[in-house]
Amino acid sequence: MNSTFKAVTKDIEIAAGWQQKYRQIMLLGKQLPAMPDALKVDDALVKGCESKVWLYIEFDHSENSLVLAGDSDTRIVKGLLALILALYNGLTPEQAAQINAYDEFERLGLINHLSPSRGNGIKAMVDKIQTMAEQKR
Amino acid sequence: MFDIAKIRADFPLLNETVNEQPLVYLDSAATSQKPQAVIDALARFYSHENANVHRGRHTLSENATRNYEHTRTLLADYFSVKSNEIVWTKGATESINLIANGLASRLNPGDKIALSAIEHHANIVPWQQLAQRTGAQVIILPIENDLSINSEHCSEFITQQRPKIVAITHASNTLGNITDLAPIISACKAINAISVVDGAQAAMHLRPHLPEISCDLYVFSAHKMLGPTGLGGLYGRYELLKSLDVYQTGGEMIETVSLTQSTFRDAPGKFEAGTPNIAGVIAFAEAINYLTSLDFQQMRQHEHTVFAYAINQLAAIDGIRIYSNQECNIGNISFNYKDEHPFDLATLLDGFGVAVRSGHHCTQPIMSQLGIPGTVRASFALYNNKDDVDAFINALKNSIELLD
Repeated sequence: MNSTFKAVTKDIEIAAGWQQKYRQIMLLGKQLPAMPDALKVDDALVKGCESKVWLYIEFDHSENSLVLAGDSDTRIVKGLLALILALYNGLTPEQAAQINAYDEFERLGLINHLSPSRGNGIKAMVDKIQTMAEQKR
Repeated sequence: MFDIAKIRADFPLLNETVNEQPLVYLDSAATSQKPQAVIDALARFYSHENANVHRGRHTLSENATRNYEHTRTLLADYFSVKSNEIVWTKGATESINLIANGLASRLNPGDKIALSAIEHHANIVPWQQLAQRTGAQVIILPIENDLSINSEHCSEFITQQRPKIVAITHASNTLGNITDLAPIISACKAINAISVVDGAQAAMHLRPHLPEISCDLYVFSAHKMLGPTGLGGLYGRYELLKSLDVYQTGGEMIETVSLTQSTFRDAPGKFEAGTPNIAGVIAFAEAINYLTSLDFQQMRQHEHTVFAYAINQLAAIDGIRIYSNQECNIGNISFNYKDEHPFDLATLLDGFGVAVRSGHHCTQPIMSQLGIPGTVRASFALYNNKDDVDAFINALKNSIELLD
């Protein structure tokens, strides 16, 4: 588990009740650096989302690590996206393959957001990152 | 009198809790809840009555056939039409596809098909496909700036453009707005255009008297009128209905079959190929009985009271924008809060146990016109009450507080 993710999820873990949890998630979204408009191309749009979600994935060969950026037009999905970015950003493909996002979201009590039927594309985002990691191993 | 407490007790799902909160169900435009009588009829059919229809001389089969046809009669009475003018399908979407397919052979290149700009995708895409196949052209009826349909403007347009087919909704699923159909249907008649009305939303709320509306075809979904899912149908003026080409072929719909050619049953049978949704049709009888056991004026009055109360409460919240017509409405309210994404609001409302829908509601042209990604839609039915509105408004205020 990388330290960034631990740091960002601390407040979610201790949040009392679902409202506080959502508040923290939306706060994370708010703190996510704005994605440059140049990266918001159709290719970066994650399919199957009710909201717009852009996920940009690059592989830094010199560092052997994943470089991620993303944005969404909704607060909640953007917050969840921030969690995913914190989970995977800067990892090597080998490290990324070890991550089970499902377990992490379950631990945070956010598992319903990973089911495909939620239509917010969280699962699609995780799948996209894992596919990239798999290709680079 | 309209005993709302007794009515609510007839719908078991209304007692559910969601996310540890009592459920407030405001998504009846997507699908209505079912009274216990419908649920019981489904179980009774499979437990005691299951047999195929229109075949077999054995008792169960004959009973199933009689009950299946009985629902057709009940629904025909509900719409004040003849039972041979009702065709069962799996829903309003299939009904429109059946009609579009059935009309294909009478379209020539350059013929026009007129649609309104606020149709559900189900009343757009089949016509676009039909136009592509036949060389016909889809044209769009005029729409006012507030997304209302001005029947006079539409009638003039129809008179000028002379479309062969006019397909229009009786009530918008996204907005709930009720269409004033009479002038539009008259204009269709004057130029011999075939009128197709999408009644998916209106059929339960307005108990439409079809001879008065006088359209050629009217489609509906059973699950939006207290009935089971996977069932719907259409009304067709018999002379027209029997002349439509068949949609699907196979068993049940034939009269005689040889290895080289077949003859089909008369309408409506020729449109019901294969084993139909027998349990669904038979249980749907209970839904129709339930609706007709209620005095229509009292039911509408109740629905309107709850709707008007919701509109007033909503409008009082600073930053809420309502897109729906606030008078002539079946009970669907589309709204947004400031620039917040409807997805966020609907997700938070769900946390409070309030079931609403967010998104484009299968009406992307409306959203393009409004320049928004979607709306939150709260849709009401006869079993909702003012307590539902209070819980909804309370949850909405709390959700807004989380967003602000």
